[in-house]
Amino acid sequence: MKALVWHGTTDIRCDTVPDPQIEHPRDAIIKVTSCAICGSDLHLYNHFMPGMKNGDIVGHEFMGEVVDVGTDAKGALKVGDRVVVPFTIICGECDQCKRGNFSVCERTNRNGHIAAKAFGHTTAGLFGYTHLTGGYPGGQAEYVRVPFADKTHVKIPNGLTDEQVLFLGDIFPTGWQAAVQCDIEPTDTVAIWGAGPVGQMAIRSAILLGAKQVIAIDRVPERLDMARAGGAITINFDEESVIERLNELTNGKGPEKCIDSVGMEAHAAGTVDAMYDRVKQATMMETDRPHVLREMAYVCRPAGTLSIPGVYGGLLDKIPFGAIMNKGLTIRTGQTHVNRWTDDLLRRIEEGQIDPSFVITHTVPLDQGPDMYKVFRDKQDGCIKVVLKP
Amino acid sequence: MRYETERTRRRGHADTATDTLARGLGIFSIALGIAEVVAPRALARALGMKGQEGLIAGYGVREIATGIGILASKDPTPWIWGRVAGDGLDLATLATALEGRNPKKGNVGIAMAAVAGVTALDVYCAQTLSRESPTPLPPMQDYSDRTGYPGGIQQSHGAAKDFEVPRDFRTPEAMRPYAQPQASQRPTPSM
Repeated sequence: MKALVWHGTTDIRCDTVPDPQIEHPRDAIIKVTSCAICGSDLHLYNHFMPGMKNGDIVGHEFMGEVVDVGTDAKGALKVGDRVVVPFTIICGECDQCKRGNFSVCERTNRNGHIAAKAFGHTTAGLFGYTHLTGGYPGGQAEYVRVPFADKTHVKIPNGLTDEQVLFLGDIFPTGWQAAVQCDIEPTDTVAIWGAGPVGQMAIRSAILLGAKQVIAIDRVPERLDMARAGGAITINFDEESVIERLNELTNGKGPEKCIDSVGMEAHAAGTVDAMYDRVKQATMMETDRPHVLREMAYVCRPAGTLSIPGVYGGLLDKIPFGAIMNKGLTIRTGQTHVNRWTDDLLRRIEEGQIDPSFVITHTVPLDQGPDMYKVFRDKQDGCIKVVLKP
Repeated sequence: MRYETERTRRRGHADTATDTLARGLGIFSIALGIAEVVAPRALARALGMKGQEGLIAGYGVREIATGIGILASKDPTPWIWGRVAGDGLDLATLATALEGRNPKKGNVGIAMAAVAGVTALDVYCAQTLSRESPTPLPPMQDYSDRTGYPGGIQQSHGAAKDFEVPRDFRTPEAMRPYAQPQASQRPTPSM
């Protein structure tokens, strides 16, 4: 089959690889009908996330049709079912899964001992996202083996297009969880750093949840345009001071809720801390560039909440914890507990409250995927979200 | 990497941060050039390079010309590369003043370190600018109709009020009165 394969820094190719097979009774094989490049895939492309190996198949946002089912998954799935596959692999049985904390499932990361060394404890297995999370082959491919498939799926009813439901696998529940973590009240101003795909979903989630005011911060005109379409006031951080403008929009009090949908590769320029991060990262003395975290901690209203869906990988420097402590900020973060939200979100799509397909700007065949990684990374051609068709 | 803003799009440039750095280098170039032209004798004395006042003043003219080129041109890239070449010349000239009898060797070392630092900035700026496309950016895509709300934003705003935030995702109860400053719930500060 054809699949997008990681070979090194900025080197992803469309290769021919062996077809996946059922390896465990709880497995299923999915014929992928649509998959997407996620912003967090760029951390792999740029090789900021450790733990990739030459030959790994990438991709963790995909959906398709079940073509083979292991014996233990037959009660939950059958050949022909149309499913979205969450990027977090879940067993549904461990203590964390029972609590709905699916992204820290205790059993699905087959390299849990590596994750435990890095993070103290294991986290869930993920598709196509380093050997730290299990080294499972990803979904930017014609076929995928889905481990723990009896639990790791969202069945899709007829009548909805791939484009409407594909993002239930990652960015929509990720943006939603980011907003839910804010526990939004009707009086709240929610500021969202990053108007990429997750930021766009967070904007719409905050609107759905009834925020008084949503503010999006980015510098790419097309992304700001799409953010405004979603109901956000926008701040171009290249052209105005984020902190001054946020204070101006909140009568000097700062936003109650702040969402970081940027993560480890913040592109702030012209600030001292951004240059500091660049130097430290280049000299391997820091893994991430946490400019957004610093800015959020500084501008957030006292007793407010910092919600962090953006991916961070390791050790961060110069975090103003004095501001966080003295202002009594609440920090909520984590990979997305996808299955915790998908039934509710699927209903909202069916009811027409939201149609996540708005974010798609490019749809291309799978073999054009490697080129689209570059287009997406460089934000060329107004690229915000790429869907690949195997 | 090319980023676009409303301002840079009009100018056909992409990365304002690098543009800003280039402008800064241009201003620095002119300032240094003026100092070299106005006070070559003082500089020569400080560096133990007596007799080379004319050369220093000449370098000052070069700095001023380069600075003007950076600030006045539509594309500062070749001028920044010009600065890199000039930095090499400055370092080579300063190196000649490191000979053993010069009592101002310490000052020369400091000057060389400063020039090396500026050279690093010049190289970074020149490389970044060189990676950018010299042609104007394509027209912006119009996403103003990409609302994501099939029934319109008015209908969707607050549509998920029926969603019950799970207990483990709620704002801690103790913080709630502070986070939601409604008059009736606002606690009286204890002094």
